[in-house]
Amino acid sequence: MTPRMSQPRKSDGRMTGAAVILKALQDQGVEVVFGYPGGAVLPIYDELFKTNAVRHILVRHEQAAVHAAEGYARSTGKVGVVLVTSGPGATNAVTGLTDALMDSIPIVCLTGQVPTHLIGNDAFQEADTTGITRPCTKHNYLVKNSDDLADVMHEAFFVAANGRPGPVVVDLPKDIQFAEAPYYAPGNTRRCTYKPQVHGDRAKLEEAVALIAKAKRPIFYGGGGLINSGPRASMLFCEFVRMTGYPATLTLMGLGALPASDRHFVGMLGMHGTYEANLAMHGADVMVNIGARFDDRVTGRLDAFAPDAKKIHVDIDQSSINKNVYVDVPIVGDAATVLEAMIGIWKEKKYQPNTKALAEWWSRIDVWRGQNCLAFKQEGQIIKPQHAIQRLFEKTRDRDVYITTEVGQHQMWAAQYFGFEEPHRWMTSGGLGTMGYGLPSAMGVQVAHPDSLVIDIAGEASILMNIQELSTICQYKLPVKVFIVNNQWMGMVRQWQELNHGGRYSESYSDSLPDFTKLADAFGGVGLVAETADDLDDVIDEMINTDRFVLADIRVKKDENCFPMIPSGAAHNEMLLGPNDEAERATAKSGMVLV
Amino acid sequence: MNSMNDTTEQRHTIAVLVDNEPGVLARVIGLFSGRGYNIESLTVSEVDTAQGLSRITVVTSGTGMVIEQIKAQLARLVPVHDVCDLSTEGPHLERELALIKVSNTGENRIEALRLADMFRARAIDSTLRSFVFEVTGSPRKINAFIDLMVALGDVEICRGGVVAIARGADLNMPVSANETSGEG
Repeated sequence: MTPRMSQPRKSDGRMTGAAVILKALQDQGVEVVFGYPGGAVLPIYDELFKTNAVRHILVRHEQAAVHAAEGYARSTGKVGVVLVTSGPGATNAVTGLTDALMDSIPIVCLTGQVPTHLIGNDAFQEADTTGITRPCTKHNYLVKNSDDLADVMHEAFFVAANGRPGPVVVDLPKDIQFAEAPYYAPGNTRRCTYKPQVHGDRAKLEEAVALIAKAKRPIFYGGGGLINSGPRASMLFCEFVRMTGYPATLTLMGLGALPASDRHFVGMLGMHGTYEANLAMHGADVMVNIGARFDDRVTGRLDAFAPDAKKIHVDIDQSSINKNVYVDVPIVGDAATVLEAMIGIWKEKKYQPNTKALAEWWSRIDVWRGQNCLAFKQEGQIIKPQHAIQRLFEKTRDRDVYITTEVGQHQMWAAQYFGFEEPHRWMTSGGLGTMGYGLPSAMGVQVAHPDSLVIDIAGEASILMNIQELSTICQYKLPVKVFIVNNQWMGMVRQWQELNHGGRYSESYSDSLPDFTKLADAFGGVGLVAETADDLDDVIDEMINTDRFVLADIRVKKDENCFPMIPSGAAHNEMLLGPNDEAERATAKSGMVLV
Repeated sequence: MNSMNDTTEQRHTIAVLVDNEPGVLARVIGLFSGRGYNIESLTVSEVDTAQGLSRITVVTSGTGMVIEQIKAQLARLVPVHDVCDLSTEGPHLERELALIKVSNTGENRIEALRLADMFRARAIDSTLRSFVFEVTGSPRKINAFIDLMVALGDVEICRGGVVAIARGADLNMPVSANETSGEG
């Protein structure tokens, strides 16, 4: 840290570095830390032991600590906190940090480091943590001077939570944890140079609202930014959508921002989005993107993306604007703040939607809706995966439920068949697509909401990636429900191999699976199996009525594919609706190289 | 915003004001390599000791959309205070320092000295078989001088990279009123 021009200030007491860290956590309102001890963080763990100031959840792998903190953060809107040791502790956390970066989840990750005089000496359990995590964090700090410690701690929380949220690493050499250091309370910190833009530019806002008012074929396109901005953003989004009567779609990360049951909601868009959402995007003349980032899963082929639409893009991150798609009206600002201003302008100027054009637009959308693109037939005793999730939704919809997922087909089916009525209820790894995210994330959610029903919708392959966390779940008596959609394949890999690689199923079969009921038993939980369609409802009932953790092994149809689908490299209006479409439209060569 | 739709590659000189803290240069360079942007030249030095601020001058190239991305990506780094695209915000000056060692004898030595004089390059070291010239100017001028020296002998080159500032009275990135020169 360099000296910055500041008046001399009085410290709020002197104490050891470790005590400063704990005090800062308390003053930041931290209730729980997910972590794993090791040599380089022993002073912090000692302080934790002595003060008992913050609840600590002992995970079984550092990656899971970060995912748990993500689940905690996403379901509460607070910053998730992680505490891991140096070297392998930090490198194990890297996947979680990258996941949090891609999905803009506020995390503060404290990593131990070898003492300052050993840094660079290849000491035991030394890793260049700030170097390794620089590209996978929003920001990181190495504290080399204990005078800076309190400021850095507070700044880390500010940076993680403000602007576009993200993970922040604070690397803490062991000697700094032992050394006496001044403590500064949150109101007494060094000025922070990080000042994100929250308010949208007034002229741009007026231009945007005028454009929205004139639209004939409008579409609202909301993303994770609505969730990150807090519940008020979703409330205002609903208000604006209902006020205008315009159709709205949401990204995978935005689900819940508008109730799934709202008649304006045309479903999720993108690669596995609904037919009506994607065609509405394709045919729109005005697109209002709030807090989404034109991800490649959403846009499909860029040169054919919403060709006739004037695009308005609201994002708190300037660099998200004009990155993939050129937009006509860029607005940098916080989703809630901007929405409030937009609604204000709409009312002030007494704008009215073009009802005639809108009615025509809706009638076109209703035709697309009539395709019923998510329809499937559950026949016989083999459980269709879609049916499994639909039944889970039906049986839990009136409950206080939080859903996490792993990554793959089951994740897309969960997004398609589970309806979310509120924000902060849906935790999934969107940007990075991290298999193994769901179980630890569910753990974090359950810690934050001990009395709620928390379900990890999983695949049998993904669940094995962080299965060790069943031990954590057992230790803290977290009644997490794991709903394993078991098709004995890495389903999404298998699907792509079927569609793009001539059905050569290279290494995608889930061989030697454990007996999940015995596994649940071994970790002190309850294992259930549904082999037939007749079993399904009973298993779901038993699962949600059990007050311990449950592994429900739902044996589903093995070769079901996830539809609708925009093949990679294709445009929104080139969707595959079902298996019959496959043969006609093979993926183009240019699309094959895309992931 | 028309520059945004331009798909031809343009050269841009961008000034970035950053906190002078460990790792800040790595952040900037990592951003360029991680996102596949070009760096033609990069210089950095502390310009404001009182506030601990350094100024980075980076010369890069890309389409209009890429240049806008580069600026936005730079601006969102936490230790970055300000980003200024000198190429778009009015006329600016670019200068580079180069040290050029020429090893040669006879006529070529005299010719080298004569050309150095024309380019206002100073000989700052000399032996019977060599000169070291110090030359400043635009990158183009330095390229031209180097081309001539290469023709006159064996050459070793060290260039300092581009430093740049806008013309006119406006201060884009003023330093604090306190003392401005560091101990080096």
